[in-house]
This record gives sequence, structure tokens and C-alpha cells, in this order.
Amino acid sequence: MYQYDSVDFLVNEAEKNNKKISELILKEQAERMEITRDDLYSKMEKRFEVMEEAVKKGSMPGLRSVSGLSGGDAYKMKCQVDRGENLCGPLFGHVLTKALAVSELNSCMGKIVAAPTAGSCGIIPSAVLTIMEDKNIDRKDAVMSLFTASGIGIVIANKASISGAEGGCQAECGTASAMAAAAITEMAGGTPRMISNAAAIALKSILGLVCDPVAGLVEVPCIKRNAMGAANALTAAELALAGIESRIPVDEVIEAMKKIGDMMPSCLKETAQGGLADTKTGRFYKKAGFDL
Amino acid sequence: MDVLDIIGPVMIGPSSSHTAGAVRIGKVAVSLLGTKPVKAEIMLHGSFAETYKGHGTDKALLAGIMGMEPDDERIRNSLELAKEEGLEYRFEKVYIENAHPNTARIILWDKDGRTCSIEAASVGGGSILVKKVNGMNVEFSGQYETLIVLHEDVAGMIAEVTYFMAERGINIGSFRCVRKEKGGAAVMIIECDSVVPKSVVDEIRKQPHVLSCVKVEKLK
Repeated sequence: MYQYDSVDFLVNEAEKNNKKISELILKEQAERMEITRDDLYSKMEKRFEVMEEAVKKGSMPGLRSVSGLSGGDAYKMKCQVDRGENLCGPLFGHVLTKALAVSELNSCMGKIVAAPTAGSCGIIPSAVLTIMEDKNIDRKDAVMSLFTASGIGIVIANKASISGAEGGCQAECGTASAMAAAAITEMAGGTPRMISNAAAIALKSILGLVCDPVAGLVEVPCIKRNAMGAANALTAAELALAGIESRIPVDEVIEAMKKIGDMMPSCLKETAQGGLADTKTGRFYKKAGFDL
Repeated sequence: MDVLDIIGPVMIGPSSSHTAGAVRIGKVAVSLLGTKPVKAEIMLHGSFAETYKGHGTDKALLAGIMGMEPDDERIRNSLELAKEEGLEYRFEKVYIENAHPNTARIILWDKDGRTCSIEAASVGGGSILVKKVNGMNVEFSGQYETLIVLHEDVAGMIAEVTYFMAERGINIGSFRCVRKEKGGAAVMIIECDSVVPKSVVDEIRKQPHVLSCVKVEKLK
């Protein structure tokens, strides 16, 4: 059984066995859970289906959260992309739309997959589903890529944190972005080494991001940070697939994230006492936006 | 943590701690009661008290009490559903000394006046920790199939119950036994590695000196 305390270990195992990281993780996890590989694959496929459904539902017009602070932005983005008017073309437009859709659906009490958390639930589905559709990648490979993402995510959870309350937004959206970058790098045919570079580059770029939700709700700025996290995953995968390496190895980036999270004051870790939550407008929404 | 924890759970948003975890707390409460509740008093502490409306924590707790899972799309309508089902409820903001910021205390009653209470915290990612059962200090997470055995504090109880489980091939992952006072009521918290069939729960319940035995299913 793997310890999941090093991404480098997973990369070396994959290289040594000439296997994809996803294949190794599926095999190891199925053994750990004492179920067949097919069964575990089906369980992951079910989660994948929930992701697809969430994108559909979240892109519909008329979505509104309980607090009234969010909803409807994915639909706006979708219309812009459908008109062919968005700045960066369809692929990028679809990624942003899907990230907003899943994340807004979450705010509106819809059904999502925490990946790794509810606050960061839009990042992995948007990157994986968009790349699958745009690049005509087999659905099976897309589902499998979630095992690669999981491998990276579990190491981060074990060595640092995936909780905003413990590590700030870097721990939630940062982890999701690294997981998404790893997944799409594998889908695009990247080597295990490229996958670890993609994860490192994605995580490095979100280091230090604080968790400062307005009124303590998973809405502002979380939803738009999901769009950012997805875009960041694309950037990281693109660089890694070009053979660009992270100077700082991924396991050291994770260690840095842990240290930064520990140094971060608690007012910036999901307590809604600092950052955007403590702006004039943020405080206004806390008073007026809900609990009326 | 496994792959289904890191990509999962499948849940109704917006917050794994304030929504999914809250459903699970409600589920534990109702599985302790073991019958259909007609009245629920729910006390909210800390961040639960501050943000429960925006996070739907109230809806989530009630949904759990009505037996829903964290991925049930009816959660957002649970306040109305509770009224339809004749479940009377009341929410109150409270301060609980030294409690985790996301803590709820739930008291349930069934139509025959049977009651139970729990205090539990939602500790992140949808994980929960149950801190008190019927006023007794306990600690379990619901991440394992958990048996809660209320019994009289007499010699041999632990041996009896655990022998019974061993015979049926159920491995115990962790075990705690606490009591209020010597010779009074005591409670065993038994976390198991495998599913405990209903028949086993029923049989333990029939053993002498066992007051009640309930199973809290491994949370999905």
C-alpha cells in the first residue's frame, strides 16, 4: 500500500512500472478498499456523472442562492461564449462557464461533488469535462484522470491541508487546481513527470491565497476563484506539456503550502473576519445580505 | 483518506461542513432515536449560529433528522417537508463553552415521548464528531459503522457484547466504554470495519442488561 506522502513517489512508481499514475492509484485503492477495480471505477464514474449533471443545471438561467449574493453568472458567461464573443475563444470560455456553473449550483443548494471541497467544487469538473469534449478524449480516460487527480490530492491532504479553515484558500482552490492540472495533463498524454510539474506549477501560483468569504458564506469570492482555479489549471498543464519544469519540486511546494497555511492568521482562514469579508461592502452584505 | 473522500462526497451545497456535515449530524440523531421523530429542538453554536440561514444548515439538520442523505435534492425544501410530515421543530442560537465552532445540539422526541439527545461538531469536509449522547461524553466520527450500546454497568458486559461480535466475524476498529456513575447507565461506542447486519444489532439489544443498541451506519 502507498503512504501517499510524496507525489514524487507516485511518479517514480509509474515510471518504473511503465504505467499511468491513474492505473496505479486505481489498483492500489481498489485493493485498499477490498473491492474490484471495476467496482471502484464505477463509483468514480458515478461521481463523474454528478459533475456532468451539475454543469448542466448550473448553466441554466434563473439560479439564485439562499442569501441572494450569487447565481446567474455561469449563464451570462455561457451566453457570451455561445455568441462567439468571448475574448479567449470557446475552450477557455467553456472552462470558465463550467467552473462558474458547478460552483454557483453549490451556492444554490444543488448537488455537486466536493473536489476536494464544496468551496472548490467547480475546478476539476470544468477542466476535465472541457478538455474531454474539446479534444475528443475517451470518456473512460476522463474518468481515469480523476484517479490521478486523487493521488495528488491525497498527498496534499496528508502533507498539508485541503481545508480553508486550516490552510486558507490555497488549500482548497490551490489543491483543486493542482489536481485538475494533473488530470488534464494525463488526459492530454503527458508523462508522469509532466503531471507532477503541472501540479507543482498550479499549486505554486495559488500559494498564499487566503480564505476570506463574505458573510462567512461559500459564495463571494469563492465562485469566481473557482473560475480562476480552472484557468490556472489550464495554464499549468499547458506549460508542463511543453516540457517546462517547476524549479521547485512538487513535494517541496506542498511543504511550502503547509508552512504558509500555518503562518496565516486565523482572521484569513474561513472565519470571515479579514480580507474581503472585512471590507466596507463585505460587512454590508453580512448585515443586509441574509438573516433578514 | 481514499480517492472517494478526496473526490467526494457527492453532496448538496454550499458547504461540506455547514451543509453535508449538518445532514450527517441529523442522521446520527435520528438513528439514535430509532423511531420517527415528531419534535426536534436544535441548538446552534458558533459559526453554525452565525451563518446557518445562508448555508442552509437548518435545512440540512432537519433533512438528516428526516433520514435524508447529504446528496438528497429535497434538502433545500426540508423546512416545508418537515411541516408536511408533522415534525415540529425549533432552532435556537446558543453558546456552548469550549465547543467546536460548528456545533449543534439536537433533542428529538417520538410520538410515545421517547427522547434522545446528541451534541456533535462538523469538523470539516463533511466529517463530524459526535461529542455527547444522552448527556454522556462520547467521541465517534461516523466514518465507520458504529454501534452504540446503552447498558447497565454490570460485570462482563464488554466481554459479552464483543464476544458476540467476534463470533460473527465483525472486527472492531476502536472501542470506548463510558459511564455516568458506577452501577448506573453506561455506553459502549464500537467502531467496526465491516457492515454490522441488522440481525446482530437486534440480538445485542436482546441481551440481558442491554438497554438499547443502535447502529450508526458508516456515513456515505
